[in-house]
Amino acid sequence: MARTKAAGDGSGLVEMAWDPITRIVGSLGIHTKIDFKQKRVAECYSTSSVFRGYSVFMRGKDPRDAHFITSRICGICGDNHATCSVYAQNMAYGVKPPHLGEWIINLGESAEYMFDHNIFQENLVGVDYCEKMVKETNPGVLELAERTEAPHAAEHGYRTIADIMRSLNPLEGEFYREALQVSRYTREMFCLMEGRHVHPSTLYPGGVGTIASVQLFTDYLSRLMRYVEFMKRVVPLHDDLFDFFYEALPGYEEVGRRRVLLGCWGALNDPEYCDFTYANMSDWGRRMFVTPGVIVDGKLVTNDLTDINLGIRILLGSSYYEDWQGQEQFVTHDPLGNPVDPRHPWNQHTIPAPQKRNFDDKYSWVMSPRWFDGKDHLALDTGGGPIARLWSTALSGLVDIGYVKATGHSVVINLPRTMTKPETSFEWKIPKWSNALERNRARTYFQAYAAAVALHCAEKGLEEVRAGRTQTWEKFEVPDEGLGVGFTEAVRGVLSHHMVIRDGKIANYHPYPPTPWNASTRDTFGTPGPYEDAVQNTPIFEENTPENFKGIDIMRAVRSFDPCLPCGVHMYVGGGKTVKSMHVPTGLSGLGG
Amino acid sequence: MTEATTKTVGAAPADETPTIHILWINAGLSCDGDSVALTAAMQPSIEEIVLGALPGLPKIAVHWPLIDFECGPVGGADTFIEWFFKGERGEIDPFVLVVEGSIPNEAIKPEGYWCGFGDNPETGQPITTSEWIDRLAPKALAVVAIGTCATYGGIHAMAGNPTGAMGLPDYLGWDWKSQAGIPIVCVPGCPIQPDNFSETLTYLLYQATGAAPMIPLDDKLRPTWLFGATVHEGCDRAGYYEQGEFALSYDSPKCLVKLGCWGPVVKCNVPKRGWMNGIGGCPNVGGICIACTMPGFPDKFMPFMDEPPGAKLSSTASGAYGAVVRKLRSITAKTLDQEPKWRRTGEKITTGYRPPW
Repeated sequence: MARTKAAGDGSGLVEMAWDPITRIVGSLGIHTKIDFKQKRVAECYSTSSVFRGYSVFMRGKDPRDAHFITSRICGICGDNHATCSVYAQNMAYGVKPPHLGEWIINLGESAEYMFDHNIFQENLVGVDYCEKMVKETNPGVLELAERTEAPHAAEHGYRTIADIMRSLNPLEGEFYREALQVSRYTREMFCLMEGRHVHPSTLYPGGVGTIASVQLFTDYLSRLMRYVEFMKRVVPLHDDLFDFFYEALPGYEEVGRRRVLLGCWGALNDPEYCDFTYANMSDWGRRMFVTPGVIVDGKLVTNDLTDINLGIRILLGSSYYEDWQGQEQFVTHDPLGNPVDPRHPWNQHTIPAPQKRNFDDKYSWVMSPRWFDGKDHLALDTGGGPIARLWSTALSGLVDIGYVKATGHSVVINLPRTMTKPETSFEWKIPKWSNALERNRARTYFQAYAAAVALHCAEKGLEEVRAGRTQTWEKFEVPDEGLGVGFTEAVRGVLSHHMVIRDGKIANYHPYPPTPWNASTRDTFGTPGPYEDAVQNTPIFEENTPENFKGIDIMRAVRSFDPCLPCGVHMYVGGGKTVKSMHVPTGLSGLGG
Repeated sequence: MTEATTKTVGAAPADETPTIHILWINAGLSCDGDSVALTAAMQPSIEEIVLGALPGLPKIAVHWPLIDFECGPVGGADTFIEWFFKGERGEIDPFVLVVEGSIPNEAIKPEGYWCGFGDNPETGQPITTSEWIDRLAPKALAVVAIGTCATYGGIHAMAGNPTGAMGLPDYLGWDWKSQAGIPIVCVPGCPIQPDNFSETLTYLLYQATGAAPMIPLDDKLRPTWLFGATVHEGCDRAGYYEQGEFALSYDSPKCLVKLGCWGPVVKCNVPKRGWMNGIGGCPNVGGICIACTMPGFPDKFMPFMDEPPGAKLSSTASGAYGAVVRKLRSITAKTLDQEPKWRRTGEKITTGYRPPW
């Protein structure tokens, strides 16, 4: 049995690890050193223990297979990869899908946001804030929650904060079970547009195979309006819950906090403007219904996809790969003539070098993507996706479609009347911190945002159908030589696919999902990745002694990023005790007996 | 008390069977898509399985990374991985082992690991997933491979892959049987169709109580009632095929076989069953079948968007006689589109009834 032990460096810190971390997607380990005297995490290492090698085995394959293959990168957001890949293919083949095909993809992707954020927020993250968990980690907080009336009880129906917490208890909680059902009908919405979940069947370069009919849109809209009504309860519910934590535990804003370094690559194209050409990418990128942007210390550095593209650098440092320095460069200049860096994904070579894990040297299969602003290699994070998307959209102030409006300092979401609830507006205001609670809050707001954008796309799509413009796919030819890049926002944040075609085959293909950014390791400059950085600043509020310590604050910090791989943290508790107490299992492990 | 004369119908009462643990390893070369897909199941749903909502289901304890409550530190309180060590030590019995993801070949490199699950307390290094399989499979009541990666290798075992990935039967042996005499149970799909898996799991739980006989599997270890028919046999576009009407663009409602659909030779029930709640699917809704449930996936079906070689001959044949069939049908359909002539206004009834007045 593994032991919790004193760090070997005589620092008085305690080493603790969470590996594998549950209630995330994939295999992630977080290894930490904890200073129990100061109630702080001193050091954190994020490690991923699975390597599959997509960029290796995709070489030499037919480019038209790319979206089918890359979807399999992720089992909860694979459709984001398929979408990003067809975007990159559209660019490489020079094809522009019919408008209706694009509205259908937007509706599919919106449903993915609605599904994924919902299941993650209520069934994975929510458990960190449920009554059972709070009782086991901060009994004092639960007592206060029992006595605290929920300010928005009228909207969501839970009288006290403790009632909300109880409703989130795994399986027994009413809201927990309701959310599971919501995760199902939102996936039905997704399947209407993209065939199946999570690996779509009806997506192709050039458009979709979905048959656009009145029935398709009616089936989608009926479910969408149920979701809109649901969100009118959920936004106030989570506002109440998260606001309470600030109140109950003064200083909780420091949990999972890091410098504001956010990236968003934009999502949901407007077919009126998007022609998938590299030449016009800066322009159509700004027309997306989620605006791209790089945000440093609260300021928008750029919302230009061409700049964003050219700034991407892939660093090594702590990961199990050989460097590709001096290897062949596939792309020296982009289609506009701008020089492309050798460390850019278009020029990357993936050379796996499996080896022992050593936290002082190489310790993960994740690389270190960074964004170069001309001076620094910034370890951008996505905050799990929603916080960066809302922040970037708010600052740019470009989106204005009635259902959503960006103001320059906030995003206003206008939801129409539903069966039992009146018209409702929510305003997401730029928060003071980039921390665990605000990442979670943004996730809820973005669910409402996605539903609002979906209303717009459904109206536009139906307009096409009613006008008899039902074509959803456009023919194309695969060139012998070509270049493509796709940008979108996966559920968890930035997603790019860079493809190089030679002799009609894939010569190079590098997908960069959000988790490599968030879960990245210390890079060549020694800069820690976002999880590491955020956890290292995390104070410990948990009331348990080291023997019964769960590390809930650390788990909340990590899960706020919505990780998509296995992660482990080693904490040092001091005293070098071996803990051998048997615990009665709870949650899913115990309900059966 | 007199001897019961009625035979027990259905399952034994739940309290007569011990709690069955389910140990779920998602750390093969996987994407967790099968875990996620299972949360979409409704026949039955995960909460119905765990809470025993179906009559006669045994009590179960699920140790599933995706939604497990437990998340304590290694060696400390409420550690998820501890259940796997308990399984190895024989402290939880019976347990069903579920494996998600392909099994890489750890023997092809000097050191390190392609994939690991938890750490070895002696060395501090990750325990490889294949080592866990070696430790746990011999003690399991049954071993279930979920998804095409775990069953046959799948996408990650594609030509040119660096990890030497394979499926669970390739790793343990196709003739492998658990201590209870159950072969490896394979539920392929990329990802699994949600209900296909929840139904198979439910079957195994009933089998464990003695309520159901040995699970019927075919020679590729698939449940026969789910994977006995082809995609094409359950596809609602097969009528177009018969009439020789083939889509030439992906957004056509006709048969997609000339655009890359492998449905006629693929064992899968998706078009018949729908993806979830009867909604969605593949060729039935405009998505070519790329054969993601098959042992030959993906290499034998690429490039996906090209017409399968075998389809050329059969579609030419059906194109010839289908044109004739279509012509005859259209003649018949015209007459059937007309109502009989006695349905009309007027003072005389012409239905064949003789009025007595």
